Amino acid sequence: MHTKSIAELSQGLARGDFSSEELTRAYLNRINNFNGPLNALITITADEAIAAARAADNTRQAGNAGALTGVPLLHKDIFCTRGVKTSCGSKMLDNFISPYDATVVEKFKAAGMPMLGKTNMDEFAMGSSNETSFYGPVKNPWDTDTVPGGSSGGSAAAVAARLAPAATGTDTGGSIRQPAALCGITGLKPTYGRVSRYGMVAFASSLDQAGPMTRSAEDAAYLLNVMAGFDERDSTSVERETPDYTANLNNDLKGLKIGLPKEYFNEGLDADVARVIDDAIKHYQSQGAELVEISLPNSNLSVPTYYVVAPAECSSNLSRFDGVRFGYRCENPENLEDLYTRSRSEGFGAEVKRRIMIGTYALSAGYYDAYYLKAQQLRRLISDDFKQAFEKVDVIMGPTAPDVAFKLGEKASDPVSMYLSDIYTIATNLAGLPGMSIPAGFVRDMPVGLQIIGNYFDESRLLNVAHQFQLNTEWHQKIPQGFE
Amino acid sequence: MSIKKQDIKKIAHLARLAISEDDIPKYTQNLSDILGLVEQMSATDTRGVTPMAHPLDAQQRLRADVVTEKNQREQFQKNAPSVESGLFLVPQVIE
Repeated sequence: MHTKSIAELSQGLARGDFSSEELTRAYLNRINNFNGPLNALITITADEAIAAARAADNTRQAGNAGALTGVPLLHKDIFCTRGVKTSCGSKMLDNFISPYDATVVEKFKAAGMPMLGKTNMDEFAMGSSNETSFYGPVKNPWDTDTVPGGSSGGSAAAVAARLAPAATGTDTGGSIRQPAALCGITGLKPTYGRVSRYGMVAFASSLDQAGPMTRSAEDAAYLLNVMAGFDERDSTSVERETPDYTANLNNDLKGLKIGLPKEYFNEGLDADVARVIDDAIKHYQSQGAELVEISLPNSNLSVPTYYVVAPAECSSNLSRFDGVRFGYRCENPENLEDLYTRSRSEGFGAEVKRRIMIGTYALSAGYYDAYYLKAQQLRRLISDDFKQAFEKVDVIMGPTAPDVAFKLGEKASDPVSMYLSDIYTIATNLAGLPGMSIPAGFVRDMPVGLQIIGNYFDESRLLNVAHQFQLNTEWHQKIPQGFE
Repeated sequence: MSIKKQDIKKIAHLARLAISEDDIPKYTQNLSDILGLVEQMSATDTRGVTPMAHPLDAQQRLRADVVTEKNQREQFQKNAPSVESGLFLVPQVIE
């Protein structure tokens, strides 16, 4: 059952080949058997999953089933789930039982999809390797000595190891696409504002966006149909109609103009990864697409710009954690100042503290113009580069990450080298554009992701372009050894 | 761009974080490295460029000024470390 696509599961449930309860139990068994060495889950919600599966079976019996009724999934532990621990990978929220559901969670519940559990992640989504989690690192199922990427590393590892048909993720600077690439799955970061941020623990509010992490583009289209849409509880949610994301999957790609930014194929890219990406692009050419060389001249500024904007917003967002209303509180505080300072110092890990401090510095008196204002101006230039490119091309392609998964511990003590693993994904967040990563091949037995970037609200086209590749390739169907 | 030990203490205090003496050299090094990376921004002339605060340049949406939340104080306070009679308790502030 664990090799079936979401469309196949949907058909199987509709035909009565199996019930949602049987399907959910099968996946819970896989989680029990395989999660141990991977550490992909923080919480397993077996009882809730089975109850939800039975409810889904009853809905179906009553003739009210939708396309996804009864298909189980995992949520990244950044999404608030009512009555279930929502830790965000932090000691700060280790004791936090959310009193409400995130909009994304509510929508999947309404669609009848049982939640199997909550996935591990970098603390407060700050990291590119999953090593900053309070619950320990996630291992990459393709080689458990390597990282799965981050911050949605638990979701990526779980989907790659077939512990769930799909999972949710969030992406502030690459946190869906980079782990999707490193674990050999499909990940989509929609346009900023397309999916509600309500109930999603905030990191950098002008960049954060939730999206699906699946085996295939077709599966992602099914999930995005549920996730996307206006939500008045999120003040940055976009009021715009949501199309049926499965409708254009089968369009052919004749005449599609693919932009190849020369800055994404520079000396920082591993030569073997470059070869895999070239092969994937040639494949598109054989399907009738036209290749156009483009330039994104300010893309070298995206990492520096991001490491002002994101920490500044994080320092502001994370000021809510004060040990008073919820979350971790230190023992025996001497006074109010001591309560704030020790609760935060004991509750946050090193990477979160670094980012809060960088943001605090950038926003402090006398530095605002040189850092935050400057970064916002560069953000405009980076965004304008894409605007000009999309006057000439339909999509932009390149690598998702500069290399395959690196070894656990390899970059943990050097924040700057860790930050550079998101060099190809960050600009998309700064511009607010949708981006995808799909499996494109292997290098040294580890998966490589092809990144596809689209114009604003062009998720349908991204899914179409990805699906057409997956109809003719088998990279997305490969299962890591030991998890068959 | 390098920052000094005193800067780390000041920034930590502004963020209500305490960095132990043992950890200060490490944080000084890490933050200097990160600010070194960030420094690359200054090479680009941005005179006259309008700052971008929101990817879609959207304006804040307004809503009618009416109460939409219901009172769920008891449920919310279940997550609080210390409460009494519906109030959040903190160490004494006023003698």
